[in-house]
Amino acid sequence: MATERYDYVMVGNSTAAIAAIESLRRHDAEGTTAVISGEPYPAYCTPLISYLLAGKVTEKQINYRPADFYARLRVAPRLGHAVVQLRPVEKEVMLDDGSFVAYGRLLLACGGTPVVPNLPGTHLRGVFTFTRYADACKIRGYLNEAQVREATVIGGGMIGVKAAEALADLGLRATIVELQDRILAQALDEQGSAMARRALEKAGIRVLTSRGASALEGQEGRVKAVRLDTGALLPAQMVIIAIGVVPNAGLASAAGIAVNRGVLVDDHMRTSDPDIFAAGDVAEGYDALLGETRPVAIWPSAYLQGQVAGANMAGAEVAYDGSVAMNSIQICGLPTISVGLTAPAAAEEVLEYQSPDGQNYRRIFLRDGRIIGAIFVGEIDRAGIITGLIRDRINVSEFKEKLIGRELGLLALPKEYRRHKVMGPGIEV
Amino acid sequence: MKRIYAKEEYCIGCRLCEIYCILKHSGHQTLVKAFRDEENLPEPAVLVEEEGAISFALQCRHCEDAPCVAACIAGAMTRDPETGIVHHDQDKCVGCWSCVMMCPFGAIQIDLEQGKVVSKCDLCGLEGTPECVAHCPNEALVYEDHGD
Repeated sequence: MATERYDYVMVGNSTAAIAAIESLRRHDAEGTTAVISGEPYPAYCTPLISYLLAGKVTEKQINYRPADFYARLRVAPRLGHAVVQLRPVEKEVMLDDGSFVAYGRLLLACGGTPVVPNLPGTHLRGVFTFTRYADACKIRGYLNEAQVREATVIGGGMIGVKAAEALADLGLRATIVELQDRILAQALDEQGSAMARRALEKAGIRVLTSRGASALEGQEGRVKAVRLDTGALLPAQMVIIAIGVVPNAGLASAAGIAVNRGVLVDDHMRTSDPDIFAAGDVAEGYDALLGETRPVAIWPSAYLQGQVAGANMAGAEVAYDGSVAMNSIQICGLPTISVGLTAPAAAEEVLEYQSPDGQNYRRIFLRDGRIIGAIFVGEIDRAGIITGLIRDRINVSEFKEKLIGRELGLLALPKEYRRHKVMGPGIEV
Repeated sequence: MKRIYAKEEYCIGCRLCEIYCILKHSGHQTLVKAFRDEENLPEPAVLVEEEGAISFALQCRHCEDAPCVAACIAGAMTRDPETGIVHHDQDKCVGCWSCVMMCPFGAIQIDLEQGKVVSKCDLCGLEGTPECVAHCPNEALVYEDHGD
């Protein structure tokens, strides 16, 4: 069998790979391109699996791009067979069916793997992780087949919270067990987290913080309860483990490519091999606010990194300005947005707004005259104006108090910056 | 591509841009009919900011590297590579507000009750001069190609 060869090969088929394809086609309309993934379906919206589980969206709605995407962008979808080996010297990858695909330039966009803690009982039936479409299908299947009334989610981060919301929507008694003293601790400060917790509790979800699981206990091979580190037993006929995701860096490290926690990339998203790029959850790129590299497993960064990688793969010179960690998540009807560094310890000054009814909360964290983080809970209108100031590293010392008033608008910004942003350069007045 | 640019020095805050944006997207031909059909009145995709003597009208900038497209977890925001228009698909929108988090202009109008983005400029489908520009009485809105 002759080895297939493509100018560009994407390993992975989620947002980073799709962004890379969309971007490289702007620079190279002709270069042969393939996308390879172990998942046998077109790109889908990974964060929507909780909506899918809850029945809020259909299978069709979770498609990330229109059905003709691959054909229109002249990409060969090689879906259903995972890459098992990367051979940088031969410039080819081996698939799990033993076939080889050769590349001119390669993008590693193979995402992350959920962490499963080393606890007794994680092998039991009814224990799931929740990061892929197949997980949502398995969970649905289990709910149809087993008698599930109570479900426990281990981990109170984004994935855990959205999983618990979906389970509650399905009428289950859901409990979140979080090791830290508050949920969503990476995104929200104490007050924001407390508001999120109240929204969950109002929806009937129990939230246990400062609690860990010490074992999953079963009966006839099926999970029946979670043993907490306090010794208490929490009945649960289903358990979802959502304590985090680590980069899928195995392919790269086995091939001798530089890996730290994720696959290390420069500001062009290039790995230590000049013809191999990495983007998304697998990559460890520059964090604009921390000033160091780290894996940032969030959707917008995956897209932006993929976009930069695709352009550079096609020979353009585009530099990535660094990730800004950010999350927008609606929790049982309560909108929350967090951007940048939201641990108060990192800030020199904190601006705060709170509506009299306690329903809306906004906090802006400043350091050296610049915004390094922001939290919006409840009223989130036009929050991106703040994100823009963070990403553009604008010194806000002169107008910062205007950013925290009730209504956020571009009028709060100095005229010259506003003109530059909105009116466009070169407008005559 | 041709984009709408605002000249805040000329804007008098009359909000006719909002009115004609609503009419265009209401499915009606006349203002009277559109505004009688109150229940189905769409939100304007142009937003007038006003403070004291300063005002200007703002729509989606249809950014080339649109941050809302990067942020959208539902594949609802897409940019047409041919026309440059950033489109929003209401059927796909799940109301996660990632676009709101990322749009540096705050140009995306949302409805928390409906749980969706409800309004976003579509440049009136590229059918000639957008309505907000055409009806601006003081030429505070212009539709021009600045070569980007």
